[in-house]
Parts: sequence; C-alpha cells; structure tokens
Amino acid sequence: MAVNASFTGRTYPAIAPYAVGREKIREFAEAVGATDVVHTDQAQARARGYRDVIAPPTFAVLIAQQCDQQLIVDPEAGIDFSRVVHAEQRFVHHRPITAGDEIVGVLTVDSVREVGGHAMVTTSSQLSTTEGEPVCTATSTLVIRGGE
Amino acid sequence: MSNEVLSISDVKVGQELPARTIHISRADLVQYTGASLDRNRIHWDEHFARSVGLPDVIAHGMFTMGSAINVVSDWVGDAGRVVEYSTRFTKPVVVPYEIGADVEVTAVVKAVDVQTGRATVELTAMCGTDKVLGRALAVVILG
Repeated sequence: MAVNASFTGRTYPAIAPYAVGREKIREFAEAVGATDVVHTDQAQARARGYRDVIAPPTFAVLIAQQCDQQLIVDPEAGIDFSRVVHAEQRFVHHRPITAGDEIVGVLTVDSVREVGGHAMVTTSSQLSTTEGEPVCTATSTLVIRGGE
Repeated sequence: MSNEVLSISDVKVGQELPARTIHISRADLVQYTGASLDRNRIHWDEHFARSVGLPDVIAHGMFTMGSAINVVSDWVGDAGRVVEYSTRFTKPVVVPYEIGADVEVTAVVKAVDVQTGRATVELTAMCGTDKVLGRALAVVILG
C-alpha cells in the first residue's frame, strides 16, 4: 500500500499557534462569496454576541491543512503528494473561530486503509485556543491513488 | 440585511431553502487559491492539470464546499449558527477558461430537533449532470 498502515492512531505534536486576523477572515469570506456581515463588521458581530468578527464555516481548513501537512511531509508515512485527492471533509464547531483567537491544532491519524488499490487516510485535527478552549474538530479523508 | 436568526417554529422537515447558482471563473479559483493557501496547480494552471490527466483546471473541493454553505448561512441568518458541516467530494468541477462553470446548490431540511434547537439540512450541488458534493449535511442552531 502507498501509505504506512502502522500510522493509524499516531498523533503529532501541536502546530505553532495560528493567529486569526480580521483581514484574513475578510479575505477568506470574500473568496467563498460569504456576504454575512458577521465576517466583516465588528459592530454587527458584537451585536450578535460574538467578541469580534467570526470566520465562515470552512475557514478552519486553513489551520487543519497545516496539521495534515505534518503527515504528508513525514517521509515514514510514504505519501506521494502528487497522488493525493481530497475525498471527504467534516467540521464540527464547538464555537465560531473568532478574530483574535490563537489556535493550535493536534493531528491524529484515525485510520489508514486500502480500497481498490488506493490508500484512504482519515485524519482529525483538534483545534483549540492556546488557553485550551476547544474550537473545532476538522476531519478529512484523503485518497492516495495507487501506482499503475 | 436582517440580523434576525430563523426561528425553529418556522422550520419544517422537507422545507426547501432558496436555491442558488454559483458561477465559477478562473479568477474565482485564483482568489480562493490565495485566500486558502491551497496552491495546488491543478486549480489554476491548465497545462499542469492536463499533464496529470485531468480534462482541464478543476475547482478546489473546499471552494465548492465553502461556497455552497452560504445557502444555509444566509437562510439561518447568521453564519455562526452553522455548527457542523460535512461532505464527500464525489466529482470534480471542471472550470474551462472561456465559460467557467455553474454549480447549482439546493438544500432541504432533513430533521428538526426541538430539544436541542437544531436542524439538519442536506445540500445538493450539481454541475451539469454531475453531483459534485455527496452526502453534504449541515447542522444549524436555530433561534
């Protein structure tokens, strides 16, 4: 198999804190066409009970992919990035990602399995603030296409 | 724009959300590439995309996922009310240089839980006859 099956259950050290900025939220919201003012207008966000502007629901991928990167570049894992296809993605938000957050992520390899000559790797990234408040669980499944 | 969050009393199983067609151009993919930092060349360089066996540039799955959820966020009235969101990427969205691509997003309420104040919405995203998101489910907290 294209991926080291013994990696199931492996956990990587937390990534360096990701500082969530208002302008990055604005930029991401604009890129996905998210026009809710809660992403761009602090006063409106506060009126809805948030501390500051909040990120769109899929913004967490920015941080989760930094977590995934640890596995992808791990030579022992044996993943050929040019053969990687994103197959599934799931986000469970414990609270919205908010401007001003400092987020750390811990990656766990949930499973490595073989399906029809391809390897399927499911990982989860537990995102929390540097103070330890859980923010989001991002789960992704990558397919690594088998060789010809 | 209203700040009113949709009330659970106004939501019924089987209810359809306002549908939307997302037009995707190469410029949109370049913008998403920059914003998301997913710089894979299959999303903006057609020579590269063809060299790895794709018919043309394809949209980031996460772009389609991230754009489609606006249908739900706008319906509920606050993007912060989307607490779960998951999908499979079943088919690529091919984005030709000249005409781009259209993804039609529809959504329907699958479940309402009055105990937790939550509703589950299933999204369908079609590009032509291809279903590009599979089992796309979002959970929202209603007012």
